[in-house]
Order: sequence, then C-alpha cells, then structure tokens
Amino acid sequence: MPLKNAHKFTVPHLQVLSEKGTLDKKLDPGLSETQLLRLYRAMTLAREADQRMLRLQRQGRMGTFSPSTGQEAAACGPMLALSERDWLVPAFRELGAMLMRGVPLHRILLFWGGWEEGNVFPGVERTLPIAVIVASQIPHAAGVAYSLKYRGEKDAAVVCYFGDGATSEGDFHEGMNFAAVWKAPVVFICQNNHWAISTPQEKQTGSKTFAQKAIAYGIPGIQVDGNDPLAMYKATRDALDRANNGEGPTMIEALTYRVSMHTTADDPSKYRDTAEVEVWKSRDPLIRLRNLLNERGLWGEEKEAALLAEIKGEIDAEVRIYEHGIEARSDIAFDHVFASPGVELEEQRAAFLESRGGGSTNA
Amino acid sequence: MVQGINLALHEEMQRDPKVLVMGQDVGVNEGVFRVTAGLHAKFGETRVIDTPLAESGILGTAVGMALAGLRPVAEMQFSGFSYLALGHLEGHCSRYRARTHGALSVPLVLRMPYGGGVRALEHHSESREAMFAHLPGIKVVIPSGPRNARALMTAAIQDPDTVVFMEPKHSYRAFREDVPEEPELMDIGKAHVVQEGSELTVITWGAMLRKTLEAVSEVQAKREASVEVIDLLSISPMDTKTIAKSVRKTGRCVVVQEAPRSFGTASEVIARINDTALMYLEAPVGRVASFDIVTPYFAREQNYFPGVEDIRRGMIKTLDY
Ligand SMILES: Cc1ncc(C[n+]2csc(CCOP(=O)(O)OP(=O)(O)O)c2C)c(N)n1
Ligand SMILES: [Mg+2]
Repeated sequence: MPLKNAHKFTVPHLQVLSEKGTLDKKLDPGLSETQLLRLYRAMTLAREADQRMLRLQRQGRMGTFSPSTGQEAAACGPMLALSERDWLVPAFRELGAMLMRGVPLHRILLFWGGWEEGNVFPGVERTLPIAVIVASQIPHAAGVAYSLKYRGEKDAAVVCYFGDGATSEGDFHEGMNFAAVWKAPVVFICQNNHWAISTPQEKQTGSKTFAQKAIAYGIPGIQVDGNDPLAMYKATRDALDRANNGEGPTMIEALTYRVSMHTTADDPSKYRDTAEVEVWKSRDPLIRLRNLLNERGLWGEEKEAALLAEIKGEIDAEVRIYEHGIEARSDIAFDHVFASPGVELEEQRAAFLESRGGGSTNA
Repeated sequence: MVQGINLALHEEMQRDPKVLVMGQDVGVNEGVFRVTAGLHAKFGETRVIDTPLAESGILGTAVGMALAGLRPVAEMQFSGFSYLALGHLEGHCSRYRARTHGALSVPLVLRMPYGGGVRALEHHSESREAMFAHLPGIKVVIPSGPRNARALMTAAIQDPDTVVFMEPKHSYRAFREDVPEEPELMDIGKAHVVQEGSELTVITWGAMLRKTLEAVSEVQAKREASVEVIDLLSISPMDTKTIAKSVRKTGRCVVVQEAPRSFGTASEVIARINDTALMYLEAPVGRVASFDIVTPYFAREQNYFPGVEDIRRGMIKTLDY
C-alpha cells in the first residue's frame, strides 16, 4: 500500500516593514499616527532605560540584569495590541513590555536591585512579575487563560513571553499541551534572540524553526520578523482575535537578536563572533520604525532630540525614586511567608530583631 | 575552590575515558563560574556536552548514560533549578540499585553551586542540602575549600552510586590553598576535625566553616575556651562516629548551618548526638541557622544568613549554660 500523507503543515513567516523600509500594503495593520508614535516612544524608552541600567549596574548601584537592547520591537509591538483586560505573563527580558503595561521603571530597577518591592505594581492589574525559572511561566499562563475561560471573560486573553532556550524545558511542552487541549485563550511569544546564554539554536533544538514546535500541539505557529514592530503587532492582534473567538492558543516566534550580553555577569566574546552581532546591530528595530515615521512626515531630528531629552528626565526621576524612595523594615521577610506568620515565625522575628538591633534599611 | 574542582575534573577525565561532563553552558563557555574551564578545549564536545536548557533532561540522560556504563558529571547551573530534575533523583538515582538488586546502578555526580551571599537573583541563594540528603540511596557532599573540593570530587566521580556534589559558591574564590601534586581521594562519609579542643564542639560545613572559624578565634581571643571544630564534608552519609567522639569529650555542642532552622541537617546532627552522646551533654545542643523564611532578595539577604556574630553568640550561650 502506498504511503499516504497523514498530515501536512507549513510555517508562515511574517514581515510587514522590511529592513529597507518597504511596507507591505496588504499586510499593513494600519496603525494610527498616535499608535505609531506611542510605539516608537515605548521602544525608545526601553532602549534608553536599558542603557541606563547597564551604567547603574557598572557603577554598583544595581545588581546583575539581563539587557534587552535590540529586542524592543519583539517586546513592545505585541503590547500595542493588548487591552487592560488581557494578562501579561513575562519572562525576564521584556523591559519594554513591562513599561508599556504601566509598570513604573523604578519598580523594575527595584527588582534588579534586589528588592521584592520590584514585584509589586500598584494600580497595574493582570500582570505577573518577572519569572526567573526559565519556562516556569508557560504553564502558569495556560492556567490563567483557563481561568478566563472559566469565568466567561471572552474579551480577555493572556500574552506569555519566553525565550528560545525555554522551549527545551518540560514546562514549555506541558504548558503548550495544556493550553491546546483546553483551547485556552493565550498567545505564546517566543523571543528567539538566537542565544540562551552561550547556547545557539543548533544546540538547543533539532527544529528548523521554533514556531513549528507549536504545530505538534495542534496550535498554529508563526514566525515573525521580531525586529519589525508592525509585524509583531499584527501577529499578536491576529492571535488575540483567534483567542477571543474561542479558537485557542497561538505561538509566535519572534526572530530577533540579543545584541548585548546575556546578563551583566556574562562575557559573550567567549562564545560568539562579533561579526554576527554587527549584522544584527544594523537591523536595529528603532531605526526601522523611525524611518517609517520620517517618511510619513511624523518625525525629524528636532522631535527626536526632544523625545530623548524628555525620556532622560523621566528616567532620572525614576532612578531617584529607586534610590531614595523605598523605606522598608528590616524584618519584612517575616511578614509574607504565610498569610499570617504564626507563633513560631513571630518568635523567630523577635530573635532576628533582637540580634540585628531592629531598625530599617533604605533602598 | 573553582580550581580545585576543575583540577579533579581534568584528572578524572584524563584517567577514565568513561567520565564525561554535561550541562548548560559548561563547554564553550566553560561554565558560568568557569568550573569547567579548559575541559571542552582538551576533551572535545562529545565528552564535554553543552546541553539544551532542561534540567530534567540533563539528569535523565545522565541516568541513562550511567546505566549503560558511563560516568557522567552533570551540572545544574544553580541548585535553585535542580528541583526540575528531582523526579529522576528520587525516582531513579536513589533506587535503581535497589530496584534491580544490584544488577543496575547509577554512578553519576550531580554538581551544583548553592548558597547565598553573592548578591544574585531569586533562586540563586538557597541551601537545600537536607532535601537531597533525605533521599535514601543518594550521597550528598559539600566541600569547604580548594583541597577538599578536589579530593571530594575525585571520590564522587569514582563512587559507585549517585553523589550530589554541592558547591558553596560563596567560597568559590574566597581563599587560596595549596593542593598536593598527586590526586587525593577523600573517604565519602568522613568528617574532618579542623581544630581540636576540649570544651565545645562546633559542627558545620560549606561556606559556614570560614565564618565559624572566625567566630571561634574571636571567642578564644576573649576567653580561655578550648574549641573543637568539625567540618562535616559529607551530609549523607553522616559521620556519626566523629561527632559522637567529639561531643562525648567536650559535653557541649553548637551546630551552624546556612539553611533555614527547621527540618535541616542540623536537626539530624542533633538527633545523632541524642542517640550517641546524650548522657555526656552539659548543655542543650545549640543551633545557629537561618530563619524559616523564603530567602529575601539580595538587598536584604545578607541580614538573614547566620553571621560571625550570630555564631559567636551561639557559642557563648552554650559555653555559659
Ligand atoms: C530552569 C532554569 N534553568 C537555568 C536557568 C539559568 N538561566 C537563566 S537565563 C538562561 C538562558 C535563557 O535562554 P532563553 O530562554 O533563550 O532566554 P534569553 O536569556 O535568551 O532571553 C539560563 C540557562 C534558569 N534561570 N532557570
Ligand atoms: Mg534566547
């Protein structure tokens, strides 16, 4: 008997605005001027904040952190499609997404400065904190999505970020599978920045693309030019529409690049070629969007200078809050182990205070 | 200590072609702490494997290799991520020998940096040695310096069973120590009496040893006190004999651990003293430990680990009882 085809699949690749600045009219999501300007501002803020954090870390004013320079389109493009009803479930390299969500920069600085206060976002709903355990947030996202379905919140979905390396963890498999079986309203965004610390794609997976992994779960997978903010927006918009229509999850692979180090404790010259980095630097997502704004007469040198000055002021103010704004009791770690500490922990708190002389520490 | 472990890995890979090293970023990048420096260049990528990012996969495949006669040394990049591999540790490493009445066994080493005090992110500061030690069929060892790190690693690789090798990362580059030309083989399960004394026994391990020695010399500078210090080195099996001998002699004991106070290794040490030396005690055995809390992020972390002052106070309390 001749072999029949059990199943066929394709993995589409989406690009809307090319590196050279050509816009695909058919695919153009038709963002308004306001939306385009908001997106550009968000990406610029993410870039400038990232650079400032690098300096703060080098000056010993902040801890180790994972820079996201070069990945601003992949982080910010999708966020333009989110409503306040949607959930954001981040990994740890989505600074731009967190800022667009309304998380104040000083909270993010607090996180990387070693304070739990950096996981508390007053007034910002439906946003989980940074996930340090790689891929652990993926099943959480599926669970959150199930809860939306459970409550009949048809206008809401979950956007969950993770890296290329995360796809190797069991949690990726399990989270994707649950989401698919439950037809849960969730958009998985894999930021394929080509490296997981020193591990390149070919040591991470035998798959040609990360997007195709989705297909095995019965989830549509799409590869997107992750340095094209319009494509990232469009892919997320479409995926959210599917989710809201009850069609279940989608996985987006954002092809981008970690132009900086893995974390400030990492030395990428040990394992990768600077030539590769230079190629990707020339594909800067900020320049791509700026060129489009220029072309449409929405931007110019003066506006750029004004924006940078404004953003610098904003970052300065946030850094000041970070460095002086938080005062916390030294024994705060006893407060939140359980809803109420109980006798033993209170005894230990008393012993702690006695031995440490009480008092408070300043951020 | 980084160099001590590294030296043992070089020597063992040289000695035995069955030994191989695997983990995230251990090859080309030589490990995030450079513990595997030079191995990839010397032994190549089939013996020094940069694995995909999957802890359960790393230990699971290492189990398979060990069952088939290899001697893998698998790394968890940080102990905080090793819990993703616990299924294989409890489900297979600990029991393959028993399951098959000795026909099959899992001789592998599971290495992991652990412990606090290096201003790292969440999940990078815990000391959960007791969790692993609670599994029958698993050995758990913790070096405290370059020389015993090398000797323990050599022993762990040659051991016929699974050894969890926990590396106190606070001590990674804390001090220098000469190591002998020839490899040493440490007896897993033996504690080391670091200094002899007759009035108080202080038992500790890992990064707490340096702090303990500091506290001991402070106490001894201020008052006549003869203190014996024991470096446990092996959490499981535990050297009850050395502990008992010492406590029977001194009649007083303090156990110092970096881990939270309850349900830990200190509790086990105290239980063994209870079994073997209760009638010799002149004071309740003291415990200096961290608190039963979730390790705070690093801005506050240091505050919560036992410091030299805590250890000093614990010793005085037991001495004055
Ligand atoms: C479960 C787990 N294992 C290991 C680590 C250490 N670690 C932190 S980030 C990272 C690489 C992540 O790569 P990827 O998912 O591609 O994200 P990227 O860092 O490139 O954004 C590793 C191995 C971790 N945080 N969690
Ligand atoms: Mg990556």
